[in-house]
Amino acid sequence: MRYIFNRLVHAFFLLVGVSFLSFLFTTMAPGNYFDEMSLNPQISPETVAALRTQYGVDRPVLVRYGRWVASIAHGDLGFSFAYGSPAAPLLWARARNTLLLTSVATILTWLIALPLGIWSAENRGRLPDIAVTSATGLLLVIPDLLLALGLLLLAVRTGWFPTGGMVSVGFETLSSIGKMRDAILHMALPVTVLVLSALPILVRHVRAAMSEVLGAGYLRAAQAHGISRRTLLYRYALPAASHPLISLFGFSVGTLLSGSLIVEVVMSWPGLGPLLLEAILARDLYVVIGGVMLSTVFLVAGNLIADLILYWVDPRIRVA
Amino acid sequence: MNEVHPILEVEALVKCYASRRGAGHSGRANAVDGVSLSIAPATTLALVGESGSGKSTLAFCVACLEKPTSGRIWWNGLEVSLLTEKDLRPNRSRVQMIFQDPASAMNPRWTASQIVAEPLVIQNQLTRRDQFEHAQLLLERVGLPASAGARRLAEFSGGQRQRIAIARALALGSKLLILDEALSALDCSVQAQIANLLLDLQESSGISLLFITHDLVMAAHLADQVAVMDRGRIVEAGTADEVIRHPEHEQTRMLLAASSGLGRVTPESRDA
Repeated sequence: MRYIFNRLVHAFFLLVGVSFLSFLFTTMAPGNYFDEMSLNPQISPETVAALRTQYGVDRPVLVRYGRWVASIAHGDLGFSFAYGSPAAPLLWARARNTLLLTSVATILTWLIALPLGIWSAENRGRLPDIAVTSATGLLLVIPDLLLALGLLLLAVRTGWFPTGGMVSVGFETLSSIGKMRDAILHMALPVTVLVLSALPILVRHVRAAMSEVLGAGYLRAAQAHGISRRTLLYRYALPAASHPLISLFGFSVGTLLSGSLIVEVVMSWPGLGPLLLEAILARDLYVVIGGVMLSTVFLVAGNLIADLILYWVDPRIRVA
Repeated sequence: MNEVHPILEVEALVKCYASRRGAGHSGRANAVDGVSLSIAPATTLALVGESGSGKSTLAFCVACLEKPTSGRIWWNGLEVSLLTEKDLRPNRSRVQMIFQDPASAMNPRWTASQIVAEPLVIQNQLTRRDQFEHAQLLLERVGLPASAGARRLAEFSGGQRQRIAIARALALGSKLLILDEALSALDCSVQAQIANLLLDLQESSGISLLFITHDLVMAAHLADQVAVMDRGRIVEAGTADEVIRHPEHEQTRMLLAASSGLGRVTPESRDA
């Protein structure tokens, strides 16, 4: 309990620190939304000045930070100048789409990486291992941007997949099976890019963790007792190799909101990525900070989850 | 006529590892190079050799934990070198192995009775309750207190851990135990205790031992037959007495000189 409490306090201070720093840095960046606005000849300087006072952008940093924190208490996360509405609902609507995409991709990645890494470790130095290692090596050197563009090209040329968005026009009119099919087709390409870019690292970690454990004497002994291959690998070796994998899982959870931003922009997935890109270009300050904060919350929470799982599976951590 | 099979028979066993691309070495190195041996029921064969002589590789092949390159192996008349891994599994109870380092050969997070019951769980023998009762009996049989079962591996000394390993190896009622340098990591007095435990077990339940060591004197103390290994081959074999009193091969003399010997080193071996 004490351990959990300590971790929570730690996480809280981390969030406060990140929020203050991201606030500070974004306000230190040159220019703001109203500077852009005052370049527009159709808007009178008086209007811009009035808006400036209304949103309080000329007040000292600490005052603005205080107001922003207060707005969190209301569940607003500040105000979007561009959309003229509180930032939180905007962010949340987009974050849901991002989460849909990334959680499907993350689950798929793990489901593929675990057996593949184990298979590779089991056949270490032999053909399957060499094949897996070379394939992941190849994937590792291809930037995901290139992968995304390549798949888009494929989609355009073949017409098998839609080239962007979450659903087709007229989605509402489709039957429920048709809706499902449509959603899966739209998701297929971005998910593929995300899986292929996350896979090599994960496979290699699984392989490394398993190879280390597979040399252990007690697995040899279990083999001598006549254990089956599947039980040996999945019930004996995998739990023993789980430490680094649990940490990695925490990281996977942590990057659910921030790992797909570029892919979303390239493949026009209506998630956080395009929203944040627009917000950054338009100097829509609070939306940017809100996006950073949401990602940070996920990252901290992911690590916290990993720590808690480790605490739960390994009695040694409880003692230390 | 009812023929009595040897507990273990090995014929022309060869194991070679593809050698890594390295300095000067071309082709392949034979870790075990045509070894034949056999062990009669309720007897002990000691396999003695320097490190690197191939004795551990031989042990792993005999226990079917490594696949030999060629050669045949029988466990109590069953030719296991012909079996697939799957067909071998139920027969694994015939032969058990005890490793050099008991700490790594057992799961450190488990209790002693979990460890000892593990082979029964794997082979799906007995009910859950009987498995643990059996484990308790085995722990007592190897000289551990009745309270030992509930303790975790970390709470035991090296000698006690090796006792637990022996109890685990006995769990399936194997007729042959392979001990791969099983005493080497222990200090002298504990070595003697475990050696005596093994002799007692052999007397009471008629198991055979394949005792692998670099210590020729210890080997002669425990074994009926001694075989000396050098560079993958058996270079000298005979009864323990013969080998230790009249060592023929140079390797044997060297091992004798290097042995932990309790004043039994012969004068000529000292010169070697």
